[in-house]
Amino acid sequence: MYQTNNKIAIIGDKDSVLAFKAAGCEVFQGEQIKQTLKKLSEEKYAIVLITEELYKANDDVIKKHNSNTYPIIIPIPSSLGSSGYGMQQIKANVERALGVPADSIFNKEKIEL
Amino acid sequence: MAKLNVNSTRMEQRKLKARRKMAVRGHKLLKDKSDEMIRQFMNYIFENKKIREELEHELEQAQRAFSMARAAMPPKAIEEALSTPVMSYSFVPSKTTIMGLDVPEFFDIEVKNTGALPYSFLTTSSQLDYAVSTISRLLIKIIQLAATEKTCVLLAAEIEKNRRRINALEHVVIPDLHETIKYIGMKLEENERGSRVRLMKVKEMVQKEP
Repeated sequence: MYQTNNKIAIIGDKDSVLAFKAAGCEVFQGEQIKQTLKKLSEEKYAIVLITEELYKANDDVIKKHNSNTYPIIIPIPSSLGSSGYGMQQIKANVERALGVPADSIFNKEKIEL
Repeated sequence: MAKLNVNSTRMEQRKLKARRKMAVRGHKLLKDKSDEMIRQFMNYIFENKKIREELEHELEQAQRAFSMARAAMPPKAIEEALSTPVMSYSFVPSKTTIMGLDVPEFFDIEVKNTGALPYSFLTTSSQLDYAVSTISRLLIKIIQLAATEKTCVLLAAEIEKNRRRINALEHVVIPDLHETIKYIGMKLEENERGSRVRLMKVKEMVQKEP
């Protein structure tokens, strides 16, 4: 069995993360995200949630962790609401993999339904 | 397209032919791999989109409720109320493979909600109850989303890498080998013609002499 803690961490501003604290996630502040991420991957966290704003601002740091299977780093909407960044990432993935605009794939599905 | 820098001998040509055969076979295999990965990717990406849409919508509402609660309550009271977790989650993180690619997978996702909120209702607003219970409910979805989204990211990267390999084989390696083999073949023929002509000339000279 792969050795990863079944722990979830959340990084973000205080307003956004407090509610997750009640749900049992480990909370980290948004400063020095590089060190925090390093520490989290050394401690083998399974999932790291980051608010969209921080994810966007530290894109380059996060990209470096993306080739590993764990930790899984995903953006979530902050207390300011969703900026659609998570969706953008999904569309970027589609374009990367298939080489066609993502909308053409997703809209096609709707027509078929 | 460029001819490879090798000696024009029958030996080299044989070696190159073997390499071309290997390259063509590899190209076919990679292409099949790419097809299968794209098929898998399509399944995952639609699931990913669906989960994320649902999650973002509900999370936004929860966050909004939470902001309202913050506005209505003193900050100290909120922190005190939320200092003990309401619930515990557990899952077994593991790895599975899709076409030789390690992707995360979670088993036994379990979210244990104690049911009761861990604070007294006297000092808290009802918005807080709503926010906390929604986020507890959403946690299972977040765990699912994490696995799916990571799978998509890894697959997309692998498909891209694979496509580069296919293109390199299709547009560079195989044409180069092909051209070199053809070049060596022509060169050998030319040598043969040259030596035959020389022989004929020599024979003519020999017959003329006496």
